[in-house]
Amino acid sequence: MERNLMKGNEALAEAAIRAGCKCFFGYPITPQTELAAYMAKRMNKAGGVFLQAESEIAAINMVLGAASTGVRAMTSSSSPGISLKSEGISYIAGSDLPAVIINVQRGGPGLGGIQPSQADYWQATKALGHGDFHLMVFAPASVQEMVDFVIKAFDRADKYRVPAMILADGLLGQMMEPVSFPEVNPEAVDKSSWAATGHKGEREHHIINSLYLQPDALQKSVVDRFERYEQIKANETDAELYLTEDCDILLCAFGATARVVKSAVNDARAMGIKAGLFRPRTLWPFPEKELNEAAKNAKKLLSVEMSMGQMIDDIKLAINCSKPVEFFGRTGGVIPTPAEVLAEIKKVGGAE
Amino acid sequence: MAVVFERPKAFLDVPTHYCPGCTHGIVHRLVAEVLGEMGIEGETIGVCPVGCSVMAYDYFGCDMIEAPHGRAPAVATGVKRTNPDKFVFTYQGDGDLAAIGTAETVHVATRGENIVVIFINNTIYGMTGGQMAPTTLPGQVTQTTPFGRDPQLAGYPVRVCEMLSTLTGTAFAQRVAVDSVPHIREAKKAIRKAFENQKEKRGFSIVEVLSTCPTNWGLSPLDAIKRLQDEMIPYYPLGVYKDITAEGGNK
Amino acid sequence: MTTEILLAGFGGQGILFAGKILAYCGLMDSKELSWLPSYGPEMRGGTCNCSVCISDDPIGSPLVLTPDILIALNQPSFDKFVSTVKPGGKVFFDSSMIENECTRTDIGIFGIPSQQLADDNALKGGSNIILLGKVLKETGICSLETMQKAIEKVVPASKSHLIPNNFKAIELGMNA
Repeated sequence: MERNLMKGNEALAEAAIRAGCKCFFGYPITPQTELAAYMAKRMNKAGGVFLQAESEIAAINMVLGAASTGVRAMTSSSSPGISLKSEGISYIAGSDLPAVIINVQRGGPGLGGIQPSQADYWQATKALGHGDFHLMVFAPASVQEMVDFVIKAFDRADKYRVPAMILADGLLGQMMEPVSFPEVNPEAVDKSSWAATGHKGEREHHIINSLYLQPDALQKSVVDRFERYEQIKANETDAELYLTEDCDILLCAFGATARVVKSAVNDARAMGIKAGLFRPRTLWPFPEKELNEAAKNAKKLLSVEMSMGQMIDDIKLAINCSKPVEFFGRTGGVIPTPAEVLAEIKKVGGAE
Repeated sequence: MAVVFERPKAFLDVPTHYCPGCTHGIVHRLVAEVLGEMGIEGETIGVCPVGCSVMAYDYFGCDMIEAPHGRAPAVATGVKRTNPDKFVFTYQGDGDLAAIGTAETVHVATRGENIVVIFINNTIYGMTGGQMAPTTLPGQVTQTTPFGRDPQLAGYPVRVCEMLSTLTGTAFAQRVAVDSVPHIREAKKAIRKAFENQKEKRGFSIVEVLSTCPTNWGLSPLDAIKRLQDEMIPYYPLGVYKDITAEGGNK
Repeated sequence: MTTEILLAGFGGQGILFAGKILAYCGLMDSKELSWLPSYGPEMRGGTCNCSVCISDDPIGSPLVLTPDILIALNQPSFDKFVSTVKPGGKVFFDSSMIENECTRTDIGIFGIPSQQLADDNALKGGSNIILLGKVLKETGICSLETMQKAIEKVVPASKSHLIPNNFKAIELGMNA
């Protein structure tokens, strides 16, 4: 397959178009702006719709409208913009609409900074809006995975009628790497049983809605959705296990941080320390089974994140706190270095 | 026997949740009649707001989407841009359209989005129990202006048609009322015109309908009609504020 | 083996462009590679830098902190980064802009008056590419042919008339 050199943000956009995304609604924010710029150039030529919305809020609701008609729709932003979209994401989830949302994370809280961060882990996996709901969260660690996961996200969103998020960061968004685009045949998912496209007098009217004033009815709708979530949990978890078979210390990291950690793991191995890496590719559902497999021989776990420690909660829950889980993090846009991670590996006792 | 009156097909035969004397039912019926007369019910997607008409999807026979509060114009944009040959309308109250959704309203108009907005102005938040709306008149008593709206504290009402008619993207803006038979006939004509504009791809059309809220105004249905005539119409003059078609006489 | 390269200078000196050429050299040679710019307010005239990794193996962290090769186009960048170069590494700098006060003996230091050479040869804005020519000669990071192909890839079609100038700049650097 031909290798192209592309920025992560541009690769996300190109992958979406190839995955059959027919419309993109966005609003400018660093460090994801190249994505919208790429869409502006390519989308109309590809027979789709690009529209710069008046706000992040409008953009996500345009996605809601387009998705309601059964069209593959996407928006992208960075952390503060995702907070603004959270209302719409809750409505999309509550209306059982498929859609793809990209978060090229930057440091927070508030206006924060513009350098890479992973501090939206909690937001993405636990509470991206009000109410009982989840969205699928994919965590790419390379430009190639950004492509692969966007394609997968559109597919799974359609399959389960849920919103799906690509949780990237400024480093992945800005960097260029070789990337290949696989042949994509967007599976034609039949949406005619629910999409609002005009009934032509041939069927009952369709209602896209998240309002249920009767508690029993709302409970039923939520419980039904959670049954789908169980299927997603059973079928869709994904993780990379690197040198975990014999590891004494298991490092846990996702996204760009996992690249830094992998370098540190290699350095540690070269020094005779049995280190391994567990890298979740899906953050929700969290790959609990895979983590337990990776951790089976480890004495300690070490979560490395570009935040003050968020994924560590899921790690402790997944192994039921059966082993010590240490934390090392950098936040605010500071990227941990392999040397720092190696020092931490030695410190937490991997060298015994 | 000749049929002289019947329920429009696009107006579903279900019990209403609106209060006695509320004029939402009239406006719903007018929209449904227009959809039926134009034969476009099966080609139409409506977008409901948050507010009293949040459940308008239960009444309209066309496909319906329920939007977040104030976001109906953005949702409608997403629908229309991906389905340019379908008819798309929003149905929004004053809090939805002119307070929390002001940005969406202004930008859908300035983009000249080829949709219809039906705007119900009854100067109050109905569903939440009668709070001040962006269109509440000076001096009007509401739950959150218990001593009457004081513009020094709470600002002035928004005149939506006047404001939107300044935007190039707006093709048609008319204010109507549903307080009398002649006005109701006028209202229907305006709604028809708005949908015809969409058919001809003329751009953004808004019909503002002065309506009543007897429950939250604390008035009988008849007194509510009288208030609409005596207090609202003088503040919100009826008429065409913008019409880019040849027959349009701009106010 | 991984070669880590850091390019640094002012915004507008073609730091990212030169980095892209090196990245494409890696692509042409079927290597693994990454290119990571600094981004943000410094894009508008402040300091600008760019990390490029070229390797036979998948790239870990794309952020270059201890470069094998440093290419410096202004004094602050030279002063800031020269101490981070790996022992045995090489530093390339524009001696018409930068005063070399580095006393390290464990690295190779190559200063050429690239800005002056660009001006003398009517290659406006070619200082960055002239330095690349010097890098090519002293490190053998790739073949001349590869670098020429990379330039043809990176120069946008609307500016393809500038390709010969870039080739000339490479040649000047190789002979400087």
